[in-house]
Amino acid sequence: MELIYSKGKSGRHGSSLPKLDVPDANSIPDSLKRKKAAQMPEVSELEAVRHFTLLSRKNMGIDSTFYPLGSCTMKYNPKVNEKIAAMPGFADLHPLLPQLRRGGALTQGALAVIYETERMLSELLGFSQTTMQPLAGAHGELTGVMLIAAYHKAHGDKKRKIMLIPDAAHGTNPASAAMAGFDTVTIPSDPDGNVDLDALKKELNENVAGIMLTCPNTLGMFDKNVKEICDLVHKAGALAYCDGANFNAIIGRLRPGDIGFDVMHVNLHKTFSTPHGAGGPGSGPVGVCEKLVPYLPVSCVVKRSDGTYALEYHHKESIGYIAPFYGNFGIILRAYAYLLVLGREGIVKVSENAVLNANYIRVKLLPYYDQQYPGYCMHECVFSATRQTEKGVHALDIAKALIDRGIHPPTIYFPLIVKEAIMIEPTETESKEDIDKFIQVMIDIAKLADSNPDAITVCPLTTPVKRLDETQAARKLDLASLE
Amino acid sequence: MPYIPNTDADRKEMLEAADCKSIAELWQKAQIRTAPPALEHIPAGMSEYEVTRHLSSLASQNAIHLVNFVGSGYYDHLIPAAVGTMVGRSEFYTAYTPYQPEASQGTLQAIYEYQSAICRLTSMPMSNASLYDGGTALFEAIMMAVRITNRRQAVISGAVSPIFREMIKCYSSNLDIELVVVPVNASKTDSSQDALVEAVSDKTACVIVQYPNVFGTVEEWSETVEKVHAKKAIAVCSAYPIALAMLKTPGEMGFDIVTGEGQSLGIPLSFGGPYLGFMAVREKLVRKMPGRIVGRTVDLDGKPGFVLTLQAREQHIRREHAMSNICSNESLCALTALAYLTCIGKEGLLQVGNLCAAKANFARDLLLQIKGIEPVGEKAFFNEFVIKLPGDSSEIVGKMIDKGFAAGFPLGRYYHDRKNQLLVAVTEKRTREEIKAFANAMEAVLWS
Amino acid sequence: MKRYTKEHEWVEIKGTEAYIGVTAFAAKELGDITFVEMQPEGTDLIIGDVLGTIESVKAASDVYSPISGTVAAINTDLEEEPGIINNSPEEKGWVCKLDNIDLVELDELMTKEQYDKYLKETSTPSKK
Repeated sequence: MELIYSKGKSGRHGSSLPKLDVPDANSIPDSLKRKKAAQMPEVSELEAVRHFTLLSRKNMGIDSTFYPLGSCTMKYNPKVNEKIAAMPGFADLHPLLPQLRRGGALTQGALAVIYETERMLSELLGFSQTTMQPLAGAHGELTGVMLIAAYHKAHGDKKRKIMLIPDAAHGTNPASAAMAGFDTVTIPSDPDGNVDLDALKKELNENVAGIMLTCPNTLGMFDKNVKEICDLVHKAGALAYCDGANFNAIIGRLRPGDIGFDVMHVNLHKTFSTPHGAGGPGSGPVGVCEKLVPYLPVSCVVKRSDGTYALEYHHKESIGYIAPFYGNFGIILRAYAYLLVLGREGIVKVSENAVLNANYIRVKLLPYYDQQYPGYCMHECVFSATRQTEKGVHALDIAKALIDRGIHPPTIYFPLIVKEAIMIEPTETESKEDIDKFIQVMIDIAKLADSNPDAITVCPLTTPVKRLDETQAARKLDLASLE
Repeated sequence: MPYIPNTDADRKEMLEAADCKSIAELWQKAQIRTAPPALEHIPAGMSEYEVTRHLSSLASQNAIHLVNFVGSGYYDHLIPAAVGTMVGRSEFYTAYTPYQPEASQGTLQAIYEYQSAICRLTSMPMSNASLYDGGTALFEAIMMAVRITNRRQAVISGAVSPIFREMIKCYSSNLDIELVVVPVNASKTDSSQDALVEAVSDKTACVIVQYPNVFGTVEEWSETVEKVHAKKAIAVCSAYPIALAMLKTPGEMGFDIVTGEGQSLGIPLSFGGPYLGFMAVREKLVRKMPGRIVGRTVDLDGKPGFVLTLQAREQHIRREHAMSNICSNESLCALTALAYLTCIGKEGLLQVGNLCAAKANFARDLLLQIKGIEPVGEKAFFNEFVIKLPGDSSEIVGKMIDKGFAAGFPLGRYYHDRKNQLLVAVTEKRTREEIKAFANAMEAVLWS
Repeated sequence: MKRYTKEHEWVEIKGTEAYIGVTAFAAKELGDITFVEMQPEGTDLIIGDVLGTIESVKAASDVYSPISGTVAAINTDLEEEPGIINNSPEEKGWVCKLDNIDLVELDELMTKEQYDKYLKETSTPSKK
């Protein structure tokens, strides 16, 4: 499809802007003006809208297809949340307003949203306080490990420079630890896919700052030793970080703060139904236990005794500013609305049905696909395409075959400890009928992979483009259409 | 139950399939054995109508009736109505990162077009798919310069947004990186370029400046950039994209890395986020750039298509050695910026730039006619400028709020030697009448 | 004389210089190579230092120096055509050569026979 820059015509413009109602004068000398106007599209409004509409049709989204992308929790994004986020009282609010004298009184509604969401999250996570500032999941991880660093620094424990990370972890964990100044040490998994306790014990010493544990783990399973791991880590003087990417599996059922974790992030764009937006914006609030509260980023929203809300900045031991303002407010707002609609009784149903749906898929597909780590799963199940690989059909091929059958593929090749991984997360918002259809398609693909593998490896055939040459993309860089 | 379609009958059937008699047994078998928490403080569920009513009531407690002259890097620009429609297509906002390129050509092409727009706006050859915001983008630029030069010091102009500088300080605190802030003279609004160059040594990885700077002042940087290059350091510019509609570009001035806050490109202020960090770089630096990047290539039939490329830089491959920990980008905000630039168009962007600069010029002239208000800094400005008031600007701003104006940002909050100075921003949304009323209100607050 | 490392680099002595590259096995594991970046000429290295990085679409791999020495030249053909490493990993696909070398260091490395045996012992089914 043509680029927007090759559509339209020189001299065409579709925008409707106010007339100049002041003298046409400014203070910029010609020497500081750009030589040539920036070559932006020159299209009518209709052409602009049509271009985007056509582009959108080349995408798969939750609203159009089943989207069981493991570890991403592609649940339904309720429409009322979008309506609320667009309310002018929220969308048009300048973030610096509460920092002006008398401005705080004029942002009480927005501060209330942040405060109340924070309180609910702290309750759900089992922590003392939660910062709403982190702008994404990985940003939450970074904030969390920076809090661990600040804690050890404040206790004069300068040697603690090592962050332990299981080999099944998402790549953001080691990358976040490195950005917070830690060296990482990898802890292997045991044959059940849990953290290898003996290996962990060997690495625990006075140089270890903490461990970053995904819970439930990246295999979609609950490590039954998690409490013991936290205890061991604490005994060594280190702290336990919980990567809450998979919180949808346990929300309302189990609180990570109760089983010994000290700090944790959650993804509002996963568990709390805010849209993934084709890859952001997200939001990654971080909850902490009492001993980490002093180090939380500023500002903090507090509720005064008279019921009004205010921002606090002067926390002596705070790690400082990780975001320009108060977090991704527009996303927090959506999560707040979601929690209010579900309420106490609805939240429990989220994890129950997410886990049930995943286990249902697991048992139904077990005869057709191998599992490297068998057993009951939480909110997602991980298969291996090892049986299919014998016929020359890889996880990637199965993914492409699913696209041809109108289903967005599961996550593939993650976690890295599983060969030919296929990670399926249905979420609680899919109906049994759609789940059954998916199961049938997966069975059909498995049968076809056995009888006629070429029919799978040739996929996709129905998409706007066939498989793309990623090697050429990396060798002959074409990253922009310049003027 | 809203959003959860399973009926009791469904659940029964699925439990049986999974060889469980009850949900409780399923939890047991999945290793969850502790008692469920009470969740006393979570309220009972509300209907959609009740939630909407509750949030409308909260929204109404927020003052959006104020006539806004606050900017400081986050601006109240017009957003064409079509932008919301274009980006609001659920195929965009309910999709995730384009891991499967054949099923994500819409997102991928749009990001490629966004990258192209950023390159065209900044006159740089290569852009990434976006970062969280302007502040994190600037920190990432420092890390990039550290990787490229193997030096560990950043020289930062005191005329870079204090918000950004606070963020950089926070992120650097555990890394062996030295930040040298070059202060600016409180009676001026320029970036002390000579002092900046002076501060560069063989330890310096990069020099960080803002354009226009935090005081709104527009400066020529070409010579300074050359001097920075002569000392083998990287020149980084944090730019205000709408200003680039009119101004000489960072690319033309020779900068190596250009970052910025993209909120002004059609993204609502939304009380602090979500926003958009952009980053564009010289060709030879692209492999050290953080974040997702979309590239154009061909499919098996030779048909053009788009993919995520240069992924070997990223955390899912390089883990602790990655260029950054960032996983996704701010895709929907990047798409919004593209939709905005598409709707506004080449001619519209010029008009927006001209409207901003002319209205700001008009506002400054009017304000300077008021007794006791003095200019600060002599140089050129785009749509934001500093004036000196005959008293504490923070108090005066408080009084202006009572008159219905968010009068600007009191610089004393971040610069203790600028207590009486006020930073005033004017966008194309402000009318002649509003600007005049603003000046009248200011005069009344000062002198009646 | 040619020797191999457990990290799948090879080193071949020609006169007073040592040519270094990655083995055919490593090239195959990495897949289509898209980018090669080596330490600049004149860099002094000791055994085990990172000599450079090789990237493919799905992987990034550091190359470690099998012996000590000074980078005398890097293979500039790889800048334009990194795929040479896939096509000719142990000849045209050399990544750099070192001088100031000490041949004694080679004693610690594997011969062709030893390396092949090592591959057989450690090989796992290759990932796609």
